[in-house]
Amino acid sequence: MVFAFLYLPILVLIVFSFNDSRFGATWEGFTLRWYGVLAARSDVREALGNTLLVALSSTVISTVLGTLVGLGLWRYSFRFRTGLTFLLVLPIVIPDVVMGVSLLMFYALVRSGLELTGWTFDNGFWTVMLAHVTFQISYVALTVRSRLAGYGPELEEAARDLGANGVQSFLRVILPLALPGVLAGALLAFTLSLDDFVVTYFTSGSGFRTLPVVIYTSVRRGVTPDINALSTLLVLFTVVAILVGNAILRPRRGRA
Amino acid sequence: MLTLRRFLATLGPGTLWLVAFLVVPLLVMLGYSLLTRTDLAQVGPPWTLENWGRVFGYDALFQEWVTDNLRVLGRSLWIAGASTLLCVLMGYPLAFYIARQDARRKNLLLLLLIIPFWTNFLIRVYAWILILRPFDLVPSLTATFLGMVYAFLPFFVLPVYASAEKVDWRLLEAAQDLGASPVRAFFAAVFPQTLPGLVAGLLLTFIPALGTFVVSDILGGAKTALIGNLIQNQFGQAGDWPYGSALSFLLMGVVLLGLWLYARTAGQKGLEELV
Repeated sequence: MVFAFLYLPILVLIVFSFNDSRFGATWEGFTLRWYGVLAARSDVREALGNTLLVALSSTVISTVLGTLVGLGLWRYSFRFRTGLTFLLVLPIVIPDVVMGVSLLMFYALVRSGLELTGWTFDNGFWTVMLAHVTFQISYVALTVRSRLAGYGPELEEAARDLGANGVQSFLRVILPLALPGVLAGALLAFTLSLDDFVVTYFTSGSGFRTLPVVIYTSVRRGVTPDINALSTLLVLFTVVAILVGNAILRPRRGRA
Repeated sequence: MLTLRRFLATLGPGTLWLVAFLVVPLLVMLGYSLLTRTDLAQVGPPWTLENWGRVFGYDALFQEWVTDNLRVLGRSLWIAGASTLLCVLMGYPLAFYIARQDARRKNLLLLLLIIPFWTNFLIRVYAWILILRPFDLVPSLTATFLGMVYAFLPFFVLPVYASAEKVDWRLLEAAQDLGASPVRAFFAAVFPQTLPGLVAGLLLTFIPALGTFVVSDILGGAKTALIGNLIQNQFGQAGDWPYGSALSFLLMGVVLLGLWLYARTAGQKGLEELV
């Protein structure tokens, strides 16, 4: 039924990655040559490195910032709380394409402003990484906050009464409680970065490509069997990652 | 109490980041939408409302109204709406089916659902080319629908599942004991309990389906060009940033209007629970 619908395309993809035919529609025997073609593509290797570099660095930054925001939302009540919630929900609900193009124009404006000082930059690693942090912060903050939602501020007061100072109560009491939320948020942020195409596409410039951007440009030119091979490897990686993640984080699940 | 020092230590850095890389860029986009395109992808004064007029169909050059844009918007709304409806038809029963299983089977089914969900979006869309091409269905409207439903179905199923899992089934029994038919009992006792998940799922499916340019670009061809494609084109080939900015505001306006309507019915708490 529905699961057949979900898996049919993936199975077809895997089968055709071993198909010895340039145009894929018919089965012409088993081959591994598309994996060879793939291995020879230096742009794919470079894009893989870029993808991981962006995902790792943006996840570290957004996890720190998002965790702090999540803690603040949980711990304090303040006047512009609704406004801040709206600000956090905005990157999640705003269409990707809008976020991408607004950052593209923002970077262009900053660049032309900087040109007056004789200092300039190209779109590339930094512009993409900063953009990814922007949509990741919300997911981390909301995950951390919902993890802590069941606990009241008495928790921190109790730690204080027992003689802990602010830093100690944070490190010894609050952070360990929030940690599953922090990890889940970080995992979500990391996968969102790996998967993102639209925002990356608009903020990456011409010299810096991530895997989704490479896949998009290949797919637009038509079916290429080495992309089937790449996709198969990525599906395999996803399955392994989910099984490992599921084993480690047993009682919890990622959410989007 | 939130003092300035505490603000700077917790909420401050993240808030400043979002202001710098989200709010300011949107304001920059607002500025661009009021400027004139000079050269290819170059913008400058004079300040004008022409781009906003164009978005709603007024052609300043020929001083006449054209409906092209509104047609694209209408098409985007109906394709996204129909895709969302298909997701509901497939996903709602599926979410219930999963929620009713015993714990082990439930985990297995969820895992099976999450694997395609975490598989790269482009790969999921691209896989349909391989299946549909032998039937000469790429590009076509059918392909677009299949791609949309396939890409966004998990966004719908997961929140509905979260609601369905929490359903208090005793209410269903009570309704049946009181003589309600199974269908009536379901809609009176169970359906309302899943409403938060259903609405969250609807929005999480409809919004990306409305804004996408990838699915329609890869599977749909020119006849299914959506507002996302129109925007992308202004920042690619057409090189008309001011017009693209105004179109982006139109898309954002439609999305925010939908959310506002939702927040009005579900309250602010509902908006927080959505994500």
